[in-house]
Amino acid sequence: MAEILVLVDHADGAVRKTTSELLTLARRAGEPSAVFIGAGYEAARETLGRFGATKVYIAESPEFDDYLVAPQAEVLAQVAAASQPAGILLPSSPDGKEIAARLAVKLESGVITDAVDVSADLVATQSAFAGAYAVTGKVTHGTPIITVKPNSATPEPAETTPTEEKLTVSISDAARAARVISREPRQASGRPELSEAAIVVSGGRGTGGDFGPVEALADALGAAVGASRAAVDSGWYPHAHQVGQTGKTVSPQLYIAAGISGAIQHRAGMQTSKTIVAVDKDPEAPIFSMVDFGVVGDLHAVLPQATEEIGKRKG
Amino acid sequence: MKIVTLVKHVPDAAAERTFDGSDNTTDRTGVDGILSELDEYALEEALKISETAGDTEVIAVTMGPQGALDAVKRALQMGAGAAVHIVDDALHGSDAPATSEVLAAAIRKIGDVDLVVTGMASTDGGMGVVPAMLAERLGVAQVGFVGEFTVGDGKITARRDADSTETVEVRLPAIVSVTDQINEPRYPSFKGIMAAKKKPVQTWSLADLEVDPSTVGLAAAWTAVETVVARPARTQGEIVTDEGDGGTKLAEYLASQKFI
Ligand SMILES: Cc1cc2nc3c(=O)[nH]c(=O)nc-3n(C[C@H](O)[C@H](O)[C@H](O)COP(=O)(O)OP(=O)(O)OC[C@H]3O[C@@H](n4cnc5c(N)ncnc54)[C@H](O)[C@@H]3O)c2cc1C
Ligand SMILES: Nc1ncnc2c1ncn2[C@@H]1O[C@H](COP(=O)(O)O)[C@@H](O)[C@H]1O
Repeated sequence: MAEILVLVDHADGAVRKTTSELLTLARRAGEPSAVFIGAGYEAARETLGRFGATKVYIAESPEFDDYLVAPQAEVLAQVAAASQPAGILLPSSPDGKEIAARLAVKLESGVITDAVDVSADLVATQSAFAGAYAVTGKVTHGTPIITVKPNSATPEPAETTPTEEKLTVSISDAARAARVISREPRQASGRPELSEAAIVVSGGRGTGGDFGPVEALADALGAAVGASRAAVDSGWYPHAHQVGQTGKTVSPQLYIAAGISGAIQHRAGMQTSKTIVAVDKDPEAPIFSMVDFGVVGDLHAVLPQATEEIGKRKG
Repeated sequence: MKIVTLVKHVPDAAAERTFDGSDNTTDRTGVDGILSELDEYALEEALKISETAGDTEVIAVTMGPQGALDAVKRALQMGAGAAVHIVDDALHGSDAPATSEVLAAAIRKIGDVDLVVTGMASTDGGMGVVPAMLAERLGVAQVGFVGEFTVGDGKITARRDADSTETVEVRLPAIVSVTDQINEPRYPSFKGIMAAKKKPVQTWSLADLEVDPSTVGLAAAWTAVETVVARPARTQGEIVTDEGDGGTKLAEYLASQKFI
């Protein structure tokens, strides 16, 4: 069966959920081979086998952490040249997209970014124009390179014992040009990861700077917290939580917007959520045109009451 | 120092954006175009550098149909010193690899470019891949998603806000793509608008860049759109007005949908 390369997204061997999603999608199209680049392979082995990687290419070196993505693109190009895969899947993260871009030029191959689905014959589905259109497309030249958004598939286990191939790593001088001096890891909030969460509660300018009610409702629902750009620009919530065109795209089962008017750039990041709920004091707020359920009212009254009621119902 | 900023002319997101039914490319004629808002941040940053460093040239470069001249004009009004407009009928429908090939050729032709500043993504196609492709083609360093950077001693120190926050050092020449967190782009002043009329705009064709027309455009694209389907517009569900029980009603709705 055709080999499909999957770039493993990990932090020191802790494999992110997107990788199990990619392995699940890759199994539709062929036999997934995971490509592990960086340090900490031991910690990753079990997860890669559980989600069906039949082979793992291992480029293990702490040195990758010292540079931006260029060396990783070199490794992938090397593996692709030797294995001639039928396709290459990467996460649609900032790093994943830059690696895909470089790989496309190196392999003279087409690239599709931000896929929300990938079929057995590597047809990718994307959302265009803030989710108003669903577009399907295919790579027609070279090796299909596709970056896939988080939450695009439900990870399905398929236990295997992967064969392992250790690669000799040589990083070119050109790829060492962008040197990382320091790195601050993402801050753990104790809440689910925004782009992976099943429920997201977001606050906007209407919070007036107090995210307390938003966080309390999120915690009652086991949800992640998001924010509009207006709230982020005001310094009320960190940029890592911004939902929208220049923030994260989320596609949860439930999205609750509180004090967010629903500008097109915000909708671009949440429009494909399964169920959308809004609380806003302005009945004319554009967000209401797309909600499954809306409450016209002051979020400082509505959210705490909802949180309390949820608490009661949960007992 | 010589700085190039890449600016793209895109359909206005505030308008009804659509696809051209004949070939599934972005409809660039039916809607008003603007300079991609995310490229204004790139230009602003280049202008700030030129204002503090002195003796610095800022050249705005765009590739796009005739109408894309508007983006170039806006860039000149904001303060770019000169501009290049790459226009050629053969470019219609070019994908990101072809776009990066053409932009790379333009940067080579301009010559001695120290720094290329771009937006993080174009607001229409929005792949966010052109800067990294360009770096690969030009063989220079690239830092993406930059929220802050300084230039000095022939190098750049940048804060990259990506999966984690990184401080990165690169030697010039380099390509930097910036986020919308980096600055507040200026509006063109009256003086800027008047001055722009006298600034040089070069118009280059593929022949000027020595790019083979058969390697660009829709027919040469490495990807093909198969179907374009408008998603059914979301319809409005139940809206209640809070009369002291809005939160309870919200909780009831969530329970009815099995979220609690
Ligand atoms: C290139 C570009 C990229 C952008 N990217 C993003 C992005 O990624 N994400 C993003 O979100 N935006 C983005 N924007 C900005 C976007 O256009 C809007 O400006 C922004 O989303 C507005 O945020 P908001 O809804 O919180 O604020 P507003 O539009 O001011 O809305 C606030 C809402 O709160 C309501 N309200 C006020 N007080 C209360 C109260 N007490 N109780 C209940 N409701 C109340 C108001 O009625 C109003 O509807 C981008 C813009 C551009 C140009
Ligand atoms: N046709 C173009 N002309 C000029 N600059 C472009 C063009 N396409 C892309 N760019 C630049 O590359 C960045 C990323 O574009 P993209 O990869 O299309 O999202 C944009 O913000 C622009 O700075």
